[in-house]
Amino acid sequence: MSVPPEPVLEVRGVTKRFGALVVLRGIDLVLRQGEVLGLVGDNGAGKSTLVKILSGFHQQDEGDVVVSGERVRFGSVEAARAHGIETVYQDLALIPQLPVYLNLFLGHELTKLGPLRFLDKRNMRKLSRQYLDEINVRVPSVDAEAEQLSGGQRQAVAVARAVRAATKILLLDEPLAAMGARESRLIINLVKDLASSGRISIIVIDHNYAHLFELCDRINVMQEGRITVDQAVHETSLEELTELMVSSYRRQLEDVPSAGA
Amino acid sequence: MQSGAPTPTAAPAASPPGQRREAASIARRVLHLFLYQRELTPVLITVALFVYFTIRAGSTFASELSLSSAAGYAGPIGAIAVGEVMLLVLAEIDLSAGQVFLFAPWVEYWLHGLGVPLALSILIALVVCCGVGAVNGLITLGLKVPSFVTTLAMNFVLFGLVLIYSDDAQASPIPLSASTGSPGFSSQFMGAWLWSEILWVLAITILGAVVLTRTRFGTRIIATGGNLLGAAEAGVPVRRVKMWSFVICSFLAGLVGIVDAVKYGSLDPGNFGVDYILYAVGACVIGGTALTGGRGTVVGAFIGAILIGVLEDGLTLIGVSTNDFYVWVGVVIIFAMALNAQFDRLIARSREA
Repeated sequence: MSVPPEPVLEVRGVTKRFGALVVLRGIDLVLRQGEVLGLVGDNGAGKSTLVKILSGFHQQDEGDVVVSGERVRFGSVEAARAHGIETVYQDLALIPQLPVYLNLFLGHELTKLGPLRFLDKRNMRKLSRQYLDEINVRVPSVDAEAEQLSGGQRQAVAVARAVRAATKILLLDEPLAAMGARESRLIINLVKDLASSGRISIIVIDHNYAHLFELCDRINVMQEGRITVDQAVHETSLEELTELMVSSYRRQLEDVPSAGA
Repeated sequence: MQSGAPTPTAAPAASPPGQRREAASIARRVLHLFLYQRELTPVLITVALFVYFTIRAGSTFASELSLSSAAGYAGPIGAIAVGEVMLLVLAEIDLSAGQVFLFAPWVEYWLHGLGVPLALSILIALVVCCGVGAVNGLITLGLKVPSFVTTLAMNFVLFGLVLIYSDDAQASPIPLSASTGSPGFSSQFMGAWLWSEILWVLAITILGAVVLTRTRFGTRIIATGGNLLGAAEAGVPVRRVKMWSFVICSFLAGLVGIVDAVKYGSLDPGNFGVDYILYAVGACVIGGTALTGGRGTVVGAFIGAILIGVLEDGLTLIGVSTNDFYVWVGVVIIFAMALNAQFDRLIARSREA
């Protein structure tokens, strides 16, 4: 990595308010081609809001989002998706009552010709099976309803769905939340495989430094709606990284006494 | 949690061990079937009622006249219930569909009275029904009024409009109806024939079931009702899905409303749609549709309507007063809902295990 690859995503001075509440206060962020970028920060630091802007679910008040050199402003999830950006949200986007294969294809269902848009169930089942095998995600059956799966299986399916659809950028909002060690391992391997293919670039939000250290090329710390630390992982150790983050929290608490909790 | 009712477990009492295991496995499979095919319970109840009334009332119950009267009772309920299921799966409700059912033939009647050709007046009446559904959707989605309230209000508005513009007088005969002379093919088709209404409803049911279970629109209805935020994040246009469902529900109610009016040949401005809609929601519930969203069956709703029709017709024939009928409908609805709730609990428990 002597010559840094082209940035696939640049965020410049993005702000976001919800009424009187200022959530993002000027975010600057760069994601390079094939990179895994970790995003950490307290609850309420604005991580999820940033992700929702990048995925087209919210719109920023000021600032620019640049994808592959093109300034974009997403009015909808579809618009972000058209630019190759897919998201896995922490609120688990699966539909409990739909089978795994329909969850995988939700939003871009395969249909047969005709005005009623009949579902091409056979093809979706077959492709789902193939695809889940390919990325080592195991479910009891692609016909199982999502609510019959374990938490880890559900998350794996959610990640798998986004991975399948993403052509450029994958946004993972706490993909490891509420997951056991074995299930976390499954998701981490999934993301690492994907990243090593170099096909897409990934932003991961998580609270677990060890996981992020293993997963990411670079880590950004978010505090109070700003990015306060930008650290390449290969230039540091887990201990150093943890210390860096803890000290920046401490600094923040000293600077802004009223900002506690 | 509070109910002390024993959940149905599948262990026969005394029999040899091997046989017992086999019997238990069969029982488990049967239970599984009932858990996941919610239509099965109302079907069995309907069949049981049918057999019971045939035995009690003899051949009069199974006669064509009697059955067509049961069908005539079930038809309107079924047609309204089919559209209602889609909204219930979306975790919405349309309480105005019963009044739309009564309103549509009035619109047709007024237009025809103004000199509009019959076919065109039917068409315009159906467009007006779609408009009513669209208004329901716009108010619910745009002004964030719960659909329960929106459609309750719409119910009163439509009832009032009929009273105002009918001058509180019955319309009879209405065009196309059997009483206008020898009914032609189009009037037979539109409802004058003994079985045409129930066939319309059957066709609507089949179409509705196919749409809900086999098309992209149906999948998006389930997704929107099952996890609104998740569906929106996945790119499902949830507002459009809801909007269309309100329109379809009103359209179906209006369509069969016209068929029903042609069948009976007269319109009574004093009819109140709430009578119909409460039976329709009851039919949905009996058929296995929860009011919590994400789950529902069109076929079940149709069967629920048939069950109510058979109950009404059968109780009348064996000489029980109509007053008893209401008690029985109430009991069946509670029984169906309680059973479904217990089924859901069993499913949840089997998942934890």
